[in-house]
Amino acid sequence: MTGGRKLLGHVALLLPPFGWLTVFYLGSLFALLLSAFWQVDSMSGEILHEWTLDNFRILATDSTYRVIAERTIGIAVLVTITDIILAWPLAYVIARKVGPRMKLVLLVLVALPLWSSMLARIYSWRLILGHDGVLNWFLRTAGLPEQSFAFTNVALWIVFTYLWLPFMLMPLVSALERIPASLPDAAGDMGATPFQTFRTVIFPLAIPGMAAGSVFTFAVTLGEYVTPMLVGGAGSEFIGNVVYSNVGVSGNIPFAAAYSMILLVVVGAYMLLARRFGAFDGA
Amino acid sequence: MTDESSLHAPAVSLTALTKSYGHGKPVLKGIDLTIRRGEFFTMLGPSGSGKTTTLRLIGGFELPDSGEVFLGGDKVTSLPPYRRDVNTMFQDYALFPHMSLQDNVAYGMKIRGVGKAERSERATKALAMVHLEAVGDRRPSQLSGGQRQRVALARALVNEPSLILLDEPLGALDLKLRREMQVELKNIQKQTGITFVYVTHDQEEALSMSDRIAVFSEGVIEQIGTPEELYERPASGFVARFIGSSNILHENGREILLRPEDIRLEQQDYALASHEDGLPGLVQEISYLGPVTRCRVTGADGDTGVTAMVPSRQARGLSENMAVRAVWSKESAYPLSS
Repeated sequence: MTGGRKLLGHVALLLPPFGWLTVFYLGSLFALLLSAFWQVDSMSGEILHEWTLDNFRILATDSTYRVIAERTIGIAVLVTITDIILAWPLAYVIARKVGPRMKLVLLVLVALPLWSSMLARIYSWRLILGHDGVLNWFLRTAGLPEQSFAFTNVALWIVFTYLWLPFMLMPLVSALERIPASLPDAAGDMGATPFQTFRTVIFPLAIPGMAAGSVFTFAVTLGEYVTPMLVGGAGSEFIGNVVYSNVGVSGNIPFAAAYSMILLVVVGAYMLLARRFGAFDGA
Repeated sequence: MTDESSLHAPAVSLTALTKSYGHGKPVLKGIDLTIRRGEFFTMLGPSGSGKTTTLRLIGGFELPDSGEVFLGGDKVTSLPPYRRDVNTMFQDYALFPHMSLQDNVAYGMKIRGVGKAERSERATKALAMVHLEAVGDRRPSQLSGGQRQRVALARALVNEPSLILLDEPLGALDLKLRREMQVELKNIQKQTGITFVYVTHDQEEALSMSDRIAVFSEGVIEQIGTPEELYERPASGFVARFIGSSNILHENGREILLRPEDIRLEQQDYALASHEDGLPGLVQEISYLGPVTRCRVTGADGDTGVTAMVPSRQARGLSENMAVRAVWSKESAYPLSS
């Protein structure tokens, strides 16, 4: 009697979010999947609801799309690795070396940029990296050769690395905080030098934190299209940019859907990998 | 290392160690201590008395502000833990969660480059010593508290150090398991002959396991001695109160220690024998504890009082508010030096 009412209560609680997810999220994913197998009539520009693998055939054979996919994935990997390297020293200091007050100050400083618009931050990088930008002014003053990163893949790499660094840093800090101080003590106690302790105890135990951070640095970079538009150059298109122009400019939604499916498969495979490394444990 | 003097040097020697944390609050105010080879040595004291800090200074996890640490005759004061021939059993066991029990136990050997075959053989043997050889491939998270504690012990033993430090290793176990492990730890210490330095705040545990005990209070050592010495001839009121239960009587400005088990309660008000001291009073509280019964007797003035532990068979006639006389022999009253 009461058990049945309890169950009913649970169902009532779960129904709205569950329904929302089913209709709007899974529903649109399913629509995306379907439309990837349709095509556009080249004369009228209307979508023909006839099953075809043409979209995937073009993606597989036209090297332009392969290059764009490789660039997207390549830069996402590079950004992830760079963010891991940059996040480690700071995360280590925040998690294990400073007192609670200093920790708070540092964490606020890390989070501070997130309070401003992402667009403003991307634009500010144009001002830094541009030909007459702050960086070149600095290099000139220091008597060093000028750089020409603006509107290249290097600029893209730098800006992405900057944008997602806090998202790598935070989970890494919390992973390091969860390691009891007695574990490195025990390693040292059994003869491990500080470097051996890092390699055999601290680094392996921080892997879930890095995996959680990489969900942002890798998966979010993969889907980006604003940053390549603003700081990338002619040869910096991402999958997202192709999808964007196919939806907005040429109105070829089936082709955009097909390319999106590839992105989804990569992200899905990546999430499974990240879960294996404990990205979604605890926290 | 091999010269004659170091062979006979004590396992641990601490001279004038001081240490303070943070805002200059001293934790250790000058610790002098010598621990002999093969000894089961306990550092006993309430929390904050400096016993764990002393242990961490021996292990090398902290550096003293002043004073020296010698291990087996060698000065190691400023050496890091990985350069000291010491292994520690940590309070939280500090097992590596990402390694199997076998790998946990073999960790120190792997670090020092011991071959794989020897490593696995010795780790298995050490796990067998604590009856866990069958579950060597499990992770620490799959074990009970008592089992984790055994793995931590195996991990400390397997490297055959000259000294093992134990930081309240039984603190998290329930009473029954605690008793079992006390016996087992003591047996393993005897078998291996390794010097054990044991930190606890449990005086009963300290008395039952130790060859010698150092009693810590507020950063100094109050007394070092065998369990019997500490119980029967405490050097200060602090030691007398901390170890066992005690009655402290004041007589001509001196403190007299009287153990509750040395007090008898006379129910007839007959004349006091000349060789006995006594306190006439009323029974205020009776607690039956099984083999003994604890009675609180308050004197006529209402201020002085003693607690007696009477064998339960002899306490049958007692009831609350009964007039009795608490008596004890002169020899059992131990004057404390102030």
